[in-house]
Amino acid sequence: MGNILVFAEQQKGKLPKTTLIALQAGKEAAQKLGGSCFAAVLGAGIDALAHETAKYGVAKVLVVDDPALAHYLADAYAVALEQLVKAHDVSLLLATSTSVGKDLLPRVAARLGVGMASDVIAINEDGTFKRPMYAGNAIATVSLTGRVKVISVRGTAFDAAQPDGQAPVERVRLAIEDAARKMQFVEFSETKSDRPTLTEARIVVSGGRGLKSGENFTTYLEPLVDALGAAMGASRAAVDAGFVPNDLQVGQTGKVVAPELYFAIGISGAIQHLAGMKDSKIIVAINKDPEAPIFNVADYGLVADLFKAVPELTEEIKKLKA
Amino acid sequence: MKLLVTVKRVPDPETTIRVKPDGSGIVTDNIKYVINPFDEIAIEEALRVKEKLGQGEVVLVSIGTKVASEQLRTGLAMGADRAILVLCEQELDSLGVARILAKIVEKETPDLVLMGKQAIDDDANQAGQMLAALLNWPQATFASKVELTADQKAVQVVREVDGGLETVLFPLPGIITADLRLNEPRYASLPGIMKARKKEIKEIPATELGVDITPLLKVHKMDPPAKKEAGKRVESVQELVHLLHTEAKVI
Repeated sequence: MGNILVFAEQQKGKLPKTTLIALQAGKEAAQKLGGSCFAAVLGAGIDALAHETAKYGVAKVLVVDDPALAHYLADAYAVALEQLVKAHDVSLLLATSTSVGKDLLPRVAARLGVGMASDVIAINEDGTFKRPMYAGNAIATVSLTGRVKVISVRGTAFDAAQPDGQAPVERVRLAIEDAARKMQFVEFSETKSDRPTLTEARIVVSGGRGLKSGENFTTYLEPLVDALGAAMGASRAAVDAGFVPNDLQVGQTGKVVAPELYFAIGISGAIQHLAGMKDSKIIVAINKDPEAPIFNVADYGLVADLFKAVPELTEEIKKLKA
Repeated sequence: MKLLVTVKRVPDPETTIRVKPDGSGIVTDNIKYVINPFDEIAIEEALRVKEKLGQGEVVLVSIGTKVASEQLRTGLAMGADRAILVLCEQELDSLGVARILAKIVEKETPDLVLMGKQAIDDDANQAGQMLAALLNWPQATFASKVELTADQKAVQVVREVDGGLETVLFPLPGIITADLRLNEPRYASLPGIMKARKKEIKEIPATELGVDITPLLKVHKMDPPAKKEAGKRVESVQELVHLLHTEAKVI
């Protein structure tokens, strides 16, 4: 077994929890499969970030500080990661399945001519991996052959790495030739919110088609979300209907969350939604249809008209917290 | 402008999928098959690009057995011009799919390849990115808006990423993978269905393409997911809050 390389994704110069999860998965893989766990930090002007990454118990941090990497772009980043893999005897490359991880890793895998396993939920000692298929209705045990294995890990399946020592930081110079860089960053329009990030929140409150409109998300759901200090999510049906933006979508093709407490409000519980939340510790469902499939996965189910129950619930939570 | 769109035959997303008792795969009896929903969005986008420009050709490509021609026929009924079916009996991984598609791209030389961001059967979300890598083309995954520049030599794409919307720009040719909100696919019209019967579906055996499609990702077995025990029904909001506070201890 060669080394393990974790792509340490940054968000605005910081390490998000999803990156700490990737580091933990990398360390776990090193324990089970052998090899040293390295972290790769890519960007421009990222000294502080590299030293921050080095605190999380990896053997070494490889830093590629290059103006060509100032913004994340798949083509330039894939060239850089491919070179790191080749130069550091890497046999397992991993990252969390964030939107960057999903965009980048398959491109690196194909450049290396190797296969990839997406959304891994368990790394086994025999070198196989477990990953969900068919919206989580099947858990597959898979293996990868080839000199390098590439995997993305599901954020809800691993813990976040804790600070543990200070690893050496090695600056690496790479040739990222212009011919490999055809993509150009234009702009990023951030979804402004004072609420916790959906994938990191302890409590998530999601609304579905039962909310009937975007205004009702604001009038009924948001006060509850804020009373709980929760993140807000939505079902695909609510996104499809244009009630809320797509980055709130919880489900097979949206975000996968596993908070301590999940509220499904006015959500029927389609297979594709369950795929994104059924690993939550405690699930509460409020729906007026007693036959809604969401009740099959709910720890606590309340059959009620959400337009009456949700304001009541908000008041009760406020009382409790007062 | 030539637009190539990939079409995968997948189980209807409304179907309940069950794992076979011996773990060798899923139960496929009585499953209805459809176009992967994200591929349908990709077809719609290609048709809109062509309609907006007032010229162009939309070519569909699928990989699989002859039955996949059903899904190609549906795409042709939506308005695509012609289709290619790469005949392949064996299981493929995403790299194998990308290698086959790269050969088709070499033959067809499209300006833009449009794909779904992910197939809802294997949930891999890899083929588009891998194809872009093999061709050394730029890529824009998770697209929610596609706009060609005035000279039609480049494309600006809005992408749905964690925390917001990112806009990227790149010269053609390139790869775009469709996210949910890119558009709402049209239904095939009756005249569209009639016309589709006469449109060409060219069959090409995968073995004639001369690419190595031996899977590097192997599925050894499948297990059903852990069953969650049914919880309890509560009668009122007060009871719910009380239980969350005292029993579950989460608030």
